[in-house]
Amino acid sequence: MSYVIDRRLNGKNKSTVNRQRFLKRYQQHIKEAVSDAVNRRSITDMERGEEISIPTRNTHEPVISHGKGGKQHRVYPGNKQFGTGDELEKPKQGGGSAGSGNASDSGEGEEDFTFFITKEEFLNYLFDDLALPNMVKKTLAKTKEFKTRRAGFVSEGTPNNLSVVRSMRNAHARRIGMGSGKRRKLKELQQLLLDTEAQSPADEVMLNSLKEQIADVERRLKLIPFIDDIDLRYRNKVKVPTPSSKAVMFCIMDVSGSMTQDVKDIAKRFYILLYLFLQKTYEHIEIVFIRHHTSAKEVTEEEFFYSRETGGTIVSSALNLMNQIIEDRFNSEEWNIYAAQASDGDNWDDDSPVCSRILAEKLLPAVQYFAYIEITPNQHQALWTAYQNLSRAFANQFALAQIRGPEDIFPVFRELFAKDRVKEAI
Amino acid sequence: MSNYISTDSDWTFELLEEYDREIARVAAIYKLDTYPNQIEVISAEQMMDAYSSVGMPIGYNHWSYGKQFLSTQKSYKRGQMGLAYEIVINSNPCIAYLMEENTLPMQALVIAHACYGHNSFFKNNYLFRTWTDAGSIIDYLVFAKNYVRKCEERHGQEEVERVLDACHALQNYGVDRYRRPSPISAAEERVRQQEREEIRQQQLNDLWRTIPLKKKDDAPRKRRQYPSEPQENLLYFLEKNAPLLDPWQRELIRIVRKVSQYFYPQRQTQVMNEGWATFWHYTILNHLYDEGKVNEGFMMEFLTSHTNVVFQPGFDSPYFNGINPYVLGFNMFCDIKRICENPTDEDREWFPDIAGKDWLETVHFAMKNFKDESFIQQFLSPHLMREFHLFSIYDDDEAPTYKVGAIHNENGYRKLRETLARQYDLSMREPNIQIVSVDIEGDRSMTLRHTRQNSTPLSGDTYEVLKHLHSLWGFDIHLESWENDKKISRMSCPSITLDDL
Repeated sequence: MSYVIDRRLNGKNKSTVNRQRFLKRYQQHIKEAVSDAVNRRSITDMERGEEISIPTRNTHEPVISHGKGGKQHRVYPGNKQFGTGDELEKPKQGGGSAGSGNASDSGEGEEDFTFFITKEEFLNYLFDDLALPNMVKKTLAKTKEFKTRRAGFVSEGTPNNLSVVRSMRNAHARRIGMGSGKRRKLKELQQLLLDTEAQSPADEVMLNSLKEQIADVERRLKLIPFIDDIDLRYRNKVKVPTPSSKAVMFCIMDVSGSMTQDVKDIAKRFYILLYLFLQKTYEHIEIVFIRHHTSAKEVTEEEFFYSRETGGTIVSSALNLMNQIIEDRFNSEEWNIYAAQASDGDNWDDDSPVCSRILAEKLLPAVQYFAYIEITPNQHQALWTAYQNLSRAFANQFALAQIRGPEDIFPVFRELFAKDRVKEAI
Repeated sequence: MSNYISTDSDWTFELLEEYDREIARVAAIYKLDTYPNQIEVISAEQMMDAYSSVGMPIGYNHWSYGKQFLSTQKSYKRGQMGLAYEIVINSNPCIAYLMEENTLPMQALVIAHACYGHNSFFKNNYLFRTWTDAGSIIDYLVFAKNYVRKCEERHGQEEVERVLDACHALQNYGVDRYRRPSPISAAEERVRQQEREEIRQQQLNDLWRTIPLKKKDDAPRKRRQYPSEPQENLLYFLEKNAPLLDPWQRELIRIVRKVSQYFYPQRQTQVMNEGWATFWHYTILNHLYDEGKVNEGFMMEFLTSHTNVVFQPGFDSPYFNGINPYVLGFNMFCDIKRICENPTDEDREWFPDIAGKDWLETVHFAMKNFKDESFIQQFLSPHLMREFHLFSIYDDDEAPTYKVGAIHNENGYRKLRETLARQYDLSMREPNIQIVSVDIEGDRSMTLRHTRQNSTPLSGDTYEVLKHLHSLWGFDIHLESWENDKKISRMSCPSITLDDL
């Protein structure tokens, strides 16, 4: 007896739980692989899954088995020329084709265990343990946006919010409550009436009195209103403040002659990381690109990364422009403002104090977070020193770090947005 | 009008049923006795799921199955491997998975192979009859899955994982080789599990500690040997005797042990099981062809798959990966049939009992009463050894060369057959390790004895396994390797102890 069953409609993801367990167990390895991948990948190509490799010895499940060596007889098929007693050279190191196929424990030729994770998983691992600084503070404290939400039922309200079902239910309950005593009385009287009528010489007086009483009770029952003011219920709506989900990201970059394409590439990767990270948190993100040499200008992305300029460097021009744009377009109570400034550290000597004054007085009170990265393998210059003082004064909102080469990008990013740092800041 | 069941290569459910009916009819002619079949059509993704749960239709959750799944998925997506055409589960009813991608001839092959070949093997082979209970395995797996989940809720996933990891490392040592477990249903199992737990709780009576001990004689008492006999079922011993485990941990050990026990016969009958199933899909489909039920196109496709399965590359071929159990098993059953029907003088001399007998009875007898090792020892004929060009190699790790031992000639047949049979002997394939003593009056350390054969050492994993063993036992573990009554080496976990110095 056989049954044929179509199981294709059953879920196909029976292994999902086990897969998650595996990923969880090897979290550390996967994170490392993801960090490597970020630095290896081209900048346009951050949003896809990744192949993860873990050394097999880490995922290996040990069992007791025979090791190599010893004295053994083994049988093989396909003899062509051997006769009993023939001696064969053992193949040099690495085990011949005739090996029993046991995995070596010597580490030689060990393959990595590789598998794929999806884009979402990739980003989750990428930004695991990272948090946006000051997000909570700003969004809750200064929020001006409200959303109406249902909040149960109230007894007062406008007719358009009347909840018919609730009101009728109340009315029904009230009618039952108010009428129950009278109905019981009515039943008793009716029964009494029947009994009296049944007596052979009916007691007329008694009958009349009973009938009167019944009529009275019935009248009073009818007086119970079908619906009353106190039955009415209205849907209640309350306004709740919603965290602002809008963010703007300022990318500020020095494009003076000293900034080479390589340095710009590093900056770009940093910006992309920041963008992806903000995307995880905010629904809507605007990006403003500001480039500067001696004067600053708001530009398109293309121009920002690829056009070349020469000349000196005045950083304060960019900061002034940023401040201007914030005042014009991005009300700091409505927008979460993040800024990242990349530079090779050059600045007009007299300008650095100006920069730190603009930041301290105007920008930092308005922004959520301002990160400065200096992309240079060289010694720091005046700007760094000025900013360092700032970072002490505004530890919550301002951070700076140095990137020496592409391999530093992700570590520095992690450092700037590490959860610990955020916790301290709050 | 043609008699063909189908001429198309696309399958439908009606056609599957039709083929199943026809195959069942033919199987009955050949006296194949089977459990009822439950044929389930699944997609490739579901097949990957089935793969990664190591052939259990329902498994408890564990990361290692996730690992299995990831690696299957990767190699499948890259085209490095095709998925098996079928998976069949030793249960009653016997569950067989068919992939929807298969063509109709492939589905017919799979039905004949799995639903009648493997199925009849599961039902009739003595090892399966003795060691597994097809009727209750699904229930038991459901119980196990729920139990593990409950433990995770109560004690945390990590704790459960730690115990399961340790058990998995020892699962090949969780088998009763000689004592037959009584079949038990999941409902009974659940009740008994609760009883076991309760009894353990109840028996913990603190009063006993206060009873004054009898004065002992001054004469030094003889140290009690414990366990009184060496124990080879390590997991069973741990379940019953590990001093520090909670009841739920013991239950987890029991679950792994039971599952391991369930797979124990499969590990010992690979050649026979696959050979039997292959032999029958070949015989049944040819029978259908002879009856005119299937056409040439069907047979061509079937034979292509069949020959792919029964392909044995020589030892020097780049495709060589050991002796293919399908080939060996299939050819041996064919050979038995040949010996019965057309015995040569050589066969009469070697197999006086079966030469010229009824072949059907003989193959059934062979299927029912043997495992790989004894099957080869009993039925591998000189004819087949010649056909396979078998030869044996003596590999001494201290000698500079391999030595060719027996080859397929008059002097070598017996030796060759014995050597090959031993290769399939589970007790030879797995190191022999037993618990010989537990120091119950001292530091509670456990001593295991590895009886070495042919100077083969243990693999490099061993220390890792000892660590797992230590985590279950809770006290020191020593592993001694002995060969010919000489102690060769000693390994301790967690560390070196005084005895080692």
